[in-house]
Amino acid sequence: MSAQLRSPAAEFWRRFRRQRVALVSLGVIVLLVAAAFLAPWLAPFDQATPDYDALLEGPSWSHWAGTDSYGRDILSRMIWGGQVSLTVGFLSVLLGCVVGVALGVVSGFFGGWLDGLIMRIMDVMLAFPGILPAIAVVAILGPGIVNVIYAIAISAVPVFARLVRGTTLALKQTLYVQASRSIGVSRTKLMLRHILPGTLPAVIVYASLRMGTSILTAASLSFIGLGAQPPSPEWGAMLSDGRSYLGVADHITIFPGLAILVTVLAFNLLGDGLRDALDQKLR
Amino acid sequence: MFEYLLRRLAGTIPVLLAVSLFVFAFVHLLPGDPARMVAGQDASFEQVENVRRELALDQPLWVQYGRYLNQMAHFQLGRSIKTHEPVAVMIGQRFMPTLWLTVVSMVWAVILGVGLGVLSGVRRGRWEDRAAAVGAILGISFPSFWLGLLLIDLFSVRLGWLPTGGYGDWTHFVMPAFTLGSAVAAVMARFTRSAYVEVAAEDYVRTARSKGVPERGVVWTHTLRNALIPVITLTGLQFGFLLGGAIVVETVFSWPGLGRLLIDSVSFRDYPVIQAEILLFALEFVLINLIVDLLYGLVNPEIRLK
Repeated sequence: MSAQLRSPAAEFWRRFRRQRVALVSLGVIVLLVAAAFLAPWLAPFDQATPDYDALLEGPSWSHWAGTDSYGRDILSRMIWGGQVSLTVGFLSVLLGCVVGVALGVVSGFFGGWLDGLIMRIMDVMLAFPGILPAIAVVAILGPGIVNVIYAIAISAVPVFARLVRGTTLALKQTLYVQASRSIGVSRTKLMLRHILPGTLPAVIVYASLRMGTSILTAASLSFIGLGAQPPSPEWGAMLSDGRSYLGVADHITIFPGLAILVTVLAFNLLGDGLRDALDQKLR
Repeated sequence: MFEYLLRRLAGTIPVLLAVSLFVFAFVHLLPGDPARMVAGQDASFEQVENVRRELALDQPLWVQYGRYLNQMAHFQLGRSIKTHEPVAVMIGQRFMPTLWLTVVSMVWAVILGVGLGVLSGVRRGRWEDRAAAVGAILGISFPSFWLGLLLIDLFSVRLGWLPTGGYGDWTHFVMPAFTLGSAVAAVMARFTRSAYVEVAAEDYVRTARSKGVPERGVVWTHTLRNALIPVITLTGLQFGFLLGGAIVVETVFSWPGLGRLLIDSVSFRDYPVIQAEILLFALEFVLINLIVDLLYGLVNPEIRLK
């Protein structure tokens, strides 16, 4: 232990820098995001144009990841599909996170019957883990990628709410919050300026882990036909397409699956690294 | 213990009521007229009105809700819009395949996951620990449907050792159960490891070691027994996760279970089936949570008295 004083951010960076796996994961995520943004320039072929002279071709110099049953270039579709998967993951986590954090701060700060009510509702939502709540929401709203975003966001809300409520309860008792309260700082300002920032480190760790889960859930929903619909190059939808060609054209199944695995793995490893760097007791 | 049991049972009532309200509200949340949906798009005005009266959709909501609760209490789940079969029969046929799939997956996943977790905890920092950590993070990140397709490709299409799908003898179980259980095994391994490491740092473990208890005794009696208490809770929670995961795995392996029925009914908007399935899944989750709480109360007296 060094006696030197560092700001929490500097301390965090010092620890995070030492986690080589997490740094590599962050690099992979930056590359994936860049590829998704640059899809119009990066994709060697048009992802939607069929080529009936090149059906189900294996990987070659012109089609690095081969072609699908319509002769579309799989690599180009994977690059465009990254846009879909990353957007769905990001928006659903953001939405679930904002709502969950708001509920958690309010619940922990005010306590009493409001806390009881919010937490009971969260308990009921948490009683349905995994993909099931998302399917129930899609059953109501109908299949489609936008509804998948809402569905995944809703199932993320209780996780963030519970986490933030716990931190809020602890922060409420700290000296600086008590002091601010005693000099008459308004409740809104207390929550926004003094408590909310304190909850953020844990929220960021969870958001990273949740990105992986959300992308996986979205791909699963598309795979079973409830998410992105066929012409879309969403990775799960592409995999579902490849099912019919197992043993004939394995590359249709292998490459999009690899894309999902690498993306989810990167977010999970980044989340693990962030957690270790923040040294929070999270699971 | 009896009082604890009663208290936990009473605690499930609000959850069950909330779920039944959600499932009841389901039909009213959907866009469009539920009577028209049941009668079909080509039905005449009179037919639609008949259905409305028959299903009491013209009554006030609270009357409908009471009626709904009464029907549920008598297992009257209605008929499928698509096949006109009684929903209870459809669910009855598909219940056992899903139950068996989840149980088989759970058993191997818990044995392997807890085993690996303990091994990692005991051999912390060595190569066994690192290898298990790599395996676990892969298991958590692997898309189950992709894993399933890769297995089918290798063992059915190329090698011809195992059937590609369907329900039958043990050969039909190998790939679906492996696919479904792998993520659970990974989660169990990570959790068991951290529970073990936490307990191993306790004072009483150090005391046991310093007073000369053999290492085997320290591991088995002092550390493991205490580390496994939270693992029980996680096992119960993972059961719920498996029921959800089964939906995807059943699709990959054409397994005639509840998951595929749910997906088919969502795609066809077969509302009576969706309603019944959601209710059934909810009941299962509540039941699992209850059993976990009771087990927890059995192993940890502090919780009973709280």
